[in-house]
Amino acid sequence: MNIIKFIESFTNEGMINSLANKGSRRDSLLQFQKMGSTAAMAAVPLGLAALLTPNKANASITAFFGPTATPTSALQLALTLEYLEDEFYDIALSTAGLIPTADRDIIAQISKHENAHVAFLKSALGADAPAKPTFDFTGAKSVNGGGPFDAFGDYPTFLALSQAFEDTGVRAYKGQAGNLISNGDLLTAALQIHSVEAMHASQIRRLRGQKGWIVGNDRGGLPVQAQAVYNGEENAIQAGFNTSGVNGIPAGAGPESFDEPITGDEAVTIASLFIVG
Amino acid sequence: MKKVKVEEVRSNLQNRRNFLKISGLTIAGAGLIMAGCSSDDDGGSKPDNQLPGVRNGIFDLGGGDLGILTYAYALEQLEADFYTRVVNGNNFGNVFNSEEQAVLTDLYRHEVIHREFFKTAISGVITSQDQLLPNLQFDYGQLNFSSRDQVLGTAKTLEDTGVAAYNGAGRYITSANYLLIAGKIVSIEARHASAIRSLLNPGSGDFAGDDVVTVANGLGQAKKPSQIITAVSGLGVIKTAFSAQFLP
Repeated sequence: MNIIKFIESFTNEGMINSLANKGSRRDSLLQFQKMGSTAAMAAVPLGLAALLTPNKANASITAFFGPTATPTSALQLALTLEYLEDEFYDIALSTAGLIPTADRDIIAQISKHENAHVAFLKSALGADAPAKPTFDFTGAKSVNGGGPFDAFGDYPTFLALSQAFEDTGVRAYKGQAGNLISNGDLLTAALQIHSVEAMHASQIRRLRGQKGWIVGNDRGGLPVQAQAVYNGEENAIQAGFNTSGVNGIPAGAGPESFDEPITGDEAVTIASLFIVG
Repeated sequence: MKKVKVEEVRSNLQNRRNFLKISGLTIAGAGLIMAGCSSDDDGGSKPDNQLPGVRNGIFDLGGGDLGILTYAYALEQLEADFYTRVVNGNNFGNVFNSEEQAVLTDLYRHEVIHREFFKTAISGVITSQDQLLPNLQFDYGQLNFSSRDQVLGTAKTLEDTGVAAYNGAGRYITSANYLLIAGKIVSIEARHASAIRSLLNPGSGDFAGDDVVTVANGLGQAKKPSQIITAVSGLGVIKTAFSAQFLP
């Protein structure tokens, strides 16, 4: 996928707005907003490119999800992703005729966890908790004039989005672990949520007829917009060890046996497809 | 390096020794007893004194990051050994349906890779081969590898244990690189646990059941190494004695 086109296809203005009133980086965020909405829209490709490049302009925003992120910013990212998942499953469960009876207990269990994660993270963040963004699960940010996904009218599409969200969640939490290394309690809690997201991901994947684990960078029949969720998962080298080179084991099992992280920026890019305000 | 609370460690160690006595001691070769007993008479808090190696006749997993890696290596040895026996069982193709065979075969492959990864990673940082945990010996006693319920039930226990172990160990890892590696593996263990659980009770919430995910906060299990080692020792499967004096 053309990364520039991808970047141009959304803005995370809504997220920035919602964080502006709460975060400790209020001043720089307000400055960003002062460009005015028109100017901000026009500047989106450049602005986002800056966000996605840690060493370039607007360091304070970059720092929000970048390599120098703090435990607070790590949890803020986590809460944003949990908001997304929680609302997604809430809508699904209240949409008559979407979820087959046979799968209802599964989706309800996941929804229960996401709801608890939101409450847990809001409590942990206190005044630093960002407000819930406005979501559009059709992926309205990916095209002009409405999104491509019939998220709540077509069960296979719902499951596909669910898989993308859960696999993204696993990768995003993993990517934030290092930012929590200084706080054992928060790190442990994040790891505990991370493992639950992985349990969800495995179950949803299996409902879709996929393996519970990611095969190479295969997006498993998901739309092309989801490829960013799986890029990099094909990595076979762990701390210099070739996981595809173990005697008697097929090479493909190597990348399957280790999940890969994504950065905060990458997680925001994926989530922003569904954030409209 | 974590400072060890001597009292707590001693009482835990005593409990563990009782467990380990029950499970027997099969590899106390003279070479192993001789190795690794460098001077540990100056407080026991210095990294050099917490290296993995034989102490008091049995292998100690050591402390610090290397201790955690060695602890993970021990757990991965157990998982890999179990699934190796499962997929090589005489009735594997009859006892399990095709979906179950596919899952168990993948788990076998993943856990063997994890084991070999840790062996290589640890070998790359230790200064003496005596610091590498030997190949542990296992005996599953009465476990019937031709029983679907027993095999899947044991798999569930092992995968749940793996998740809780990695989740609980993360905070004791000081290297961000090792922490990331642990994170890359724990989510695979969680994916495994979910798959095994769904094979046992499809269409239910058991894939991430209330027994392993706390309802109130949605958190999965996290257990200290000492808790995990006690639980694993209680299975009576590991026949090679080892200790973990320097792990929390």
